Amino acid sequence: MADSPIAVQGTSHQVHNPALLHHFAQPEQQRNAASLGMWWFLATEVMFFGGLFCSYLVYRLLYYPEFAACAKTLDWRLGATNTAVLICSSLTVVLAVWAASMARRTLLVVCLIATIILGFVFLGIKGKEYHDKFVEHHVPGPTFSFEKVPIPGHPGEYANPQRAQIYFALYFIMTGLHAIHMIIGIGIFTYLLIMAWKSRYTPKYYTPIEIGGLYWHFVDIIWIYLFPLLYLIDLHK
Amino acid sequence: MSTVKAQVTERTNYLNADYGVRSWLLTTDHKRIALLYLISITFFFFIGGFYALLIRLELLTPAGDLVQADTYNKLFTMHGMVMVFFFLIPSIPAVLGNFLIPMMIGAKDLAFPRINLLSWYLYIIGGALMCHCMLTGGADTGWTFYVPFSAITNTKFVEAGLAIFVAGFSSILTGLNFVVTVHRMRAPGMTWSRLPLFVWAHYATSIIQLLGTPVIAITILLVAAERTLHLGIFDPKLGGDPLLFQHLFWFYSHPAVYIMILPAMGVISEVIACYARKRIFGYSFVAFSSIAIAVFGFLVWAHHMFVAGISLYSALVFSMLSYAVAVPSAVKVFNWTATLYKGSIHYDAPMLYAFGFIGLFTVGGLTGLFLAALGIDVHVTDTYFVVAHFHYIMVGGAVMGYLGGMHFWWPKISGKLYPEGWAKLAALIVFVGFNLTFFPQFILGYLGMPRRYWDYSHMPEFQVLNVASTAGATILGIGYLLPMVYFLWSLRYGDPAPDNPWNAAGLEWKTASPPPTFNFDSDPVVTWEAYNYDEIDAPHIQEAPVGR
Ligand code: HEM
Ligand SMILES: [Cu+2]
Repeated sequence: MADSPIAVQGTSHQVHNPALLHHFAQPEQQRNAASLGMWWFLATEVMFFGGLFCSYLVYRLLYYPEFAACAKTLDWRLGATNTAVLICSSLTVVLAVWAASMARRTLLVVCLIATIILGFVFLGIKGKEYHDKFVEHHVPGPTFSFEKVPIPGHPGEYANPQRAQIYFALYFIMTGLHAIHMIIGIGIFTYLLIMAWKSRYTPKYYTPIEIGGLYWHFVDIIWIYLFPLLYLIDLHK
Repeated sequence: MSTVKAQVTERTNYLNADYGVRSWLLTTDHKRIALLYLISITFFFFIGGFYALLIRLELLTPAGDLVQADTYNKLFTMHGMVMVFFFLIPSIPAVLGNFLIPMMIGAKDLAFPRINLLSWYLYIIGGALMCHCMLTGGADTGWTFYVPFSAITNTKFVEAGLAIFVAGFSSILTGLNFVVTVHRMRAPGMTWSRLPLFVWAHYATSIIQLLGTPVIAITILLVAAERTLHLGIFDPKLGGDPLLFQHLFWFYSHPAVYIMILPAMGVISEVIACYARKRIFGYSFVAFSSIAIAVFGFLVWAHHMFVAGISLYSALVFSMLSYAVAVPSAVKVFNWTATLYKGSIHYDAPMLYAFGFIGLFTVGGLTGLFLAALGIDVHVTDTYFVVAHFHYIMVGGAVMGYLGGMHFWWPKISGKLYPEGWAKLAALIVFVGFNLTFFPQFILGYLGMPRRYWDYSHMPEFQVLNVASTAGATILGIGYLLPMVYFLWSLRYGDPAPDNPWNAAGLEWKTASPPPTFNFDSDPVVTWEAYNYDEIDAPHIQEAPVGR
């Protein structure tokens, strides 16, 4: 057993790189592993929200008139504003990645701060919308009430409150889970900000910014689907 | 040789590198984490086994005398939940996969060692919730927790659901780690076509874990929300659709059965090749059949819903697809059999488990085809026939594979040899006990005994077969206790294992037993094909097989 049949390869990484973990041979390998890991993680997130989108689809097809009536009670202007806010935040994320790759630390820090602020703006507007729903008794549960709400395009017909409650259940679960993802995203970006402040990232090593950015974009994309599905049903009627 | 051996046993390895409790609870070494998992899943295996014992005792007599109906419902619910989510799903991947995959591909560790540790902690948190749930009353929904019942039962479903939810994330993280590791951490020369089939099987398993588990997570959340707020999503009284729940549940839970069986198939490929001393027949077919199973496995879920009110057309399509998924499974069985052909077969304990696996898995798979036939399913659905079907695969197949793998790699894991005679005896006892337990259940189900009943006093003629089943379960229990006893015994009294006691191919055998913390003393470079048993056994380089 002494003469192991394993050939000896040139011993790896003599030059010690503080960001390189012991079990990787080169920084390139570590970076590829991290970004592949994030992509697969996002795939699991797609399936997670996928179950919800699937349920949404089933009930939208079953109870279309109620879904239209409920969508009308949301304020599409606030939703549209939030969409714009998130698209801007995606831009600041892209700029942050670019700044990191170009060693522009100040720009990096500014972009990270801007992203965090936009995240809070989104949550603030969302909170206002939740508050409105709460006041109108549109939150599912014992206090839910949806009496005499007309169905768009069908004068004289009113939405069935039970079916409307299903819409609002989905509305709160979907946007709520999205909001939780936003909060986590803000946490991640705060961490990135602290590290960027301490000049931890260099053009040779800024993987955390990249994969944090991937996550942020993903959360934005979920919203890009949520907005039309939840707010824009038969708006013209 | 003996001097070299002495040197080997005294080398620092992953076990004696450090002894403190901290060094175990905060370890990021995949081998130590595998042992943490081994201890935890063994614990849950015995809890699940205890419930099984109570179930079998109740069914010894036709009258519902030992426990009441409500208690019985809790018994089979907790049995199923513990065995599926806390034993079988993590069993081979989190223990053997964790331990072996980095070594098999020549890596120092998994890609994300800290996430690996996190996954164990999530498992423990889920497990603690499950234990708390069991100690404070348990749930009675069945492991399938169908709505609307799970939304209204006043037993502790939310806590059980939360436990499964958390354990699910542990399973996702393990899968994520494996996929990235196989892609990014292979040693130079370890091409995809040289990967051991064990690794291919785990790769396919991980993809299912990644894409399936999030769906059960969201399903649990929806049921919990339904329960607490009566939203109506799943409640037909409020306009909800309970079938939607079944679709979401089986979208995960059918693929989940492949999470349980694919890793075992990986173990069997390694064991068969080693003890037949041959390259696996049809390597690439076996490798790609794992991927095919992962893909097709996602397309058959509604075969659990044939009598639930789905349309006839979708039932036809799902029936046909269920037949399709059996094809890659059959490809594996045929290729293993062909590997045996003209092999020089050694009947060591792991090989006995592998033989057991092939036989029992085949019975389980074929009865799956019975169930996938619409006409037969209407007759036997929700009877003991289904119970027998899935136990043949999950217990006869997956647990056999797990035990076979534990024996095969025990010398590598512990550095000790287990007693071969006892191991053969245990394999025999498990096989006999298993068949005595579950074969009668096929007959019972076919004759019409429904599953999940605590009392069959209006059908006393079923007692004989039920007594046989309970007797078998007792034997099976002994068969499971035995390995645990002699494995523990071998830790202290077993002979030290050489690096490669079975003269097996595979990188994991080319390092010390037990391996050093970073697996290899020098970074490996692979220049040979997988399962090169013809070269290993070629006269000019043959070493005397040690330890046989
Ligand atoms: C060879 C391919 C397979 C086919 C065609 C198949 C088919 C089926 C069908 C049609 C059912 C539903 C029976 C009913 O409820 O009426 C079923 C149930 C089941 N099968 Fe399979 N099966 C296969 C493989 C497996 C494997 C590999 C496993 C586990 C490792 C498994 C585990 C189960 C379980 C757990 C159930 C029952 C679930 C429950 O209702 O509690 N099956 N199978
Ligand atoms: Cu199935």
